[in-house]
Amino acid sequence: MSRRGRLARYLAGRALLAPVMLWLIATLVFLLLRVAPGDPVDALLGTRASAAARDALRQQLGLDRSLPVQYVEFLQGLVHADLGQSLVSARPVTQIVREVLPASLELGLAALLVALVLGLAAGFSGIARPEGRLDLAGRLYGIATYALPSFWAAMVLQLIFAVGLGWFPVGGRFPPTRVPPSGSGFYLLDGLLAGSWSTVTAALHHLTLPAVTLGLLLSGIFDNALRLNLRRALRSDYVEAARSRGLGEVRVVLRHALPNALLPVLTIAGITVASLIGGALLIENIFSWPGIALKLQEAINQRDYPLVQGIVVVVAALVVLVTLVVDVLVALLDPRLSF
Amino acid sequence: MNGPLPNPAAALLAWRPCSLSARLARVGIWVVLAYLLVAVVTGPLVALGWLPDPGSGLDQPIYAAPGWSHWCGTDRLGRDVCVRTLSGAGVALQVVLLALLLALVVGVPLGMLSGYLGGPVDRLLVLLMDTLYTLPVLLLSVVLAFLLGRGLPNAAAALCVVYIPQYFRVVRNQTASVKAELYVEAAQSLGAGPVWILRRYLFRNVITSVPVVLTLNAADAVLVLGGLGFLGLGLPDSVPEWGSDLQEALTALPTGIWWTALYPGLAMFVLVLGLSFLGEGLDAWVSRDGRS
Repeated sequence: MSRRGRLARYLAGRALLAPVMLWLIATLVFLLLRVAPGDPVDALLGTRASAAARDALRQQLGLDRSLPVQYVEFLQGLVHADLGQSLVSARPVTQIVREVLPASLELGLAALLVALVLGLAAGFSGIARPEGRLDLAGRLYGIATYALPSFWAAMVLQLIFAVGLGWFPVGGRFPPTRVPPSGSGFYLLDGLLAGSWSTVTAALHHLTLPAVTLGLLLSGIFDNALRLNLRRALRSDYVEAARSRGLGEVRVVLRHALPNALLPVLTIAGITVASLIGGALLIENIFSWPGIALKLQEAINQRDYPLVQGIVVVVAALVVLVTLVVDVLVALLDPRLSF
Repeated sequence: MNGPLPNPAAALLAWRPCSLSARLARVGIWVVLAYLLVAVVTGPLVALGWLPDPGSGLDQPIYAAPGWSHWCGTDRLGRDVCVRTLSGAGVALQVVLLALLLALVVGVPLGMLSGYLGGPVDRLLVLLMDTLYTLPVLLLSVVLAFLLGRGLPNAAAALCVVYIPQYFRVVRNQTASVKAELYVEAAQSLGAGPVWILRRYLFRNVITSVPVVLTLNAADAVLVLGGLGFLGLGLPDSVPEWGSDLQEALTALPTGIWWTALYPGLAMFVLVLGLSFLGEGLDAWVSRDGRS
């Protein structure tokens, strides 16, 4: 088969795998929440509630039906993008998720941008003299940013820049005294579309500290990835060939080695999304950023089982989707890969 | 080097490394050893009364700044921050060791079996593990810790699930490649059964790649455990744990009380740093060994 045919087959297989993975995750979450010790009814009402109230809640949750029936209903709902109803606010889970997701995406994208800039700069820094001082500094930076407990780093930065210097607000997403822009839910985008400069600056003012913190912590991954791949590329035959043709070192690095070293970084960027969400879970807590992670924590504290289930499924879907897109992109961009 | 070395641990410490990875690994070994020492020594010292009890502080001033009587100050309940931070080392190491042991016990045999058998069983297991691996580490353990409740074994169980897929992957791929070797085929043709082959020929070959993953996972697990504690999950309140201490410190932070936040976080940072150095060095060592 030609490479093109194999590529098409690989992409089709990859696209088919994504729903299967999502189904597995949804099933896992469903089972976990029902097999786990402890009755959600007890958790919500306490053990001293009347039998009638318990039965009513049990019926409302659908827990009076058998497990297979519940499972089929859950899957039917999923297919129709219906994740059930929150126990606490009695609103559809999808609606709640839609409200909080843009905040998290905005923070995540901004953090990814910061991580890319910092990480690639650090990864590129040691290129002139491997094992030299700058190389050592870059490597230490990579390990140290990874080893920093994210919530502790966030607390320290908050203490310095928000509490101490007062450059940035301690938390939140928008000044509480002002009405946030309406539209997509991405405040920066909404502000730009409305042409309101003060909205954009206010949103940026709140976004900067959390995004830089999260970005700083993730930049180590990019630093390491670029360093390793660049070193490998510089030892390769095609770089040797380029050098022997008399090309300048700058041109060799920038035109021959760098593009090849950047491709694996794209894969890493895809994998980073999972860490990004993990990091956001803690960062959103510290900076009171009203995103999906803060909502998840709230749902956990209130024992809101359907909301926990819905949020985990949505986040997992997001991760699976991003992984799929990155795999497809890498497959299309890299002609050396064989399938 | 000539002749057998008397003691591998002593050899490691006496070893004068030249490359950067090796130098980092040396620092890592010392850091991890120091934490182990602290973990072992703190308990008896508290029991002997040479150190104050990390859980009691009602007779002490609250939020006392670092000074002679309390080197790192006291917290919201008057508990000594220094002793709590030291005790946290033992707690973290215990939970992380237990979690990784559990992950090894489940992940390694599954990986060997999957790699040895191949076919539909292998494909199913790989799909399942890949799916688990896709999920954000902290998200998975947060959900599990939420379901399992608080406690030392519960926290270890919530952590171990995250790491099972990693051992599974490494061991499965290694098994699949070793299985194709000639000596395994020879053993099979001599009539050796699968259990014999797995134990005699595959286990030793496969297990060499585990220490690197183990060390790097230990670093990660310390962070995840801290994250769980910070979110109010994982260990019970009575246990001095870095993450939950930091959550308490967060509320006091805007008033300028920095010592409750500084020391537990620093302790965590240095431990993870040490483990990462060690893992990185081991990785370089193993991959160099493989090349030559």
